[in-house]
Amino acid sequence: MSLPSLADRAIILHAHAADWRAAVRLAGDALVDSGCTTAEYTEAMLRMVETHGPYIVIAPGLALAHARPGPEVRHDGLSVVTLAEPVEFGHAHNDPVSVVIGLAGTAADAHLTAVAELANAFNDSGAIEALARATEREGARAILEGRPVA
Amino acid sequence: MKIVAICGAGIGSSGILKVNAERVLQRLGLTATVVAADIDSVSRVAADAQVILTSEEFVAAIGATRADVIVVQNYFDTDELAEKLQAALG
Repeated sequence: MSLPSLADRAIILHAHAADWRAAVRLAGDALVDSGCTTAEYTEAMLRMVETHGPYIVIAPGLALAHARPGPEVRHDGLSVVTLAEPVEFGHAHNDPVSVVIGLAGTAADAHLTAVAELANAFNDSGAIEALARATEREGARAILEGRPVA
Repeated sequence: MKIVAICGAGIGSSGILKVNAERVLQRLGLTATVVAADIDSVSRVAADAQVILTSEEFVAAIGATRADVIVVQNYFDTDELAEKLQAALG
C-alpha cells in the first residue's frame, strides 16, 4: 500500500479532545468516515494502548494509533488528526501529543510500504510541528507526502 | 546479523523502526536482516537476534534475552537510532 492521497474526511485539523482516548477516537472516526474501517477498529486501537501502554507516542508530539489487520479493516488507509490543545498520553518522553495518525492495513506487509512513506515524511524533524500548525487540509497533505508546502 | 523491532501489533510502530533501522544500517555500511514483530512472538522471532529495538513499555515483557535491547525514544530520529545501533554493534 502506498500512501493514498488523503480524503478530506480523513483529515481533521485543530480538533478538541479531552484526553488521549478522545484523541485516538477522533483518528478512528476519521478512518471510519473515509470508509477504511469499521467502528470496531477504533476500539481495537484503544485496546492496544490500554494493554501495552502509551508506546504509540513514537516521537515528540506524535501518536501512531493502529491495531492489527483484521476484518475491521475494509481497505488500507490513514487518517490525520491535529489537536487544538495537545493531550497527555502518559509517555515518559514524547508527551504532549498534538498530532495523531490513524493507520489501518488489511495485511502486515501492506502496512510496511505505508509506514516507509510516513517515515519519509516525519524523518524531517520539523514535520510534526508543521503539521500541528497546518490550517488547511492541502497543507497537511503536502507535509505527509513530503512536498513543499505552498 | 538479525535485528528485531518489537511493538504491540507488529506492524505500525515496529514497521517505522524497521524502515529507519534499515536506512541507518545502510548509512553505517552494516548488513543485517531487520524484522518487525509483535510482543507476543518475541521469544520465537528474537531467539537468534543480536539486537531488539523497542519502546520502554515492552522491555519488561521481552524479559531475559541474549540480544541487546535498545530502547528508542524518537522513532523518526535516525541520528538517535544510528548512535544506539553503533554502540550495540560496534
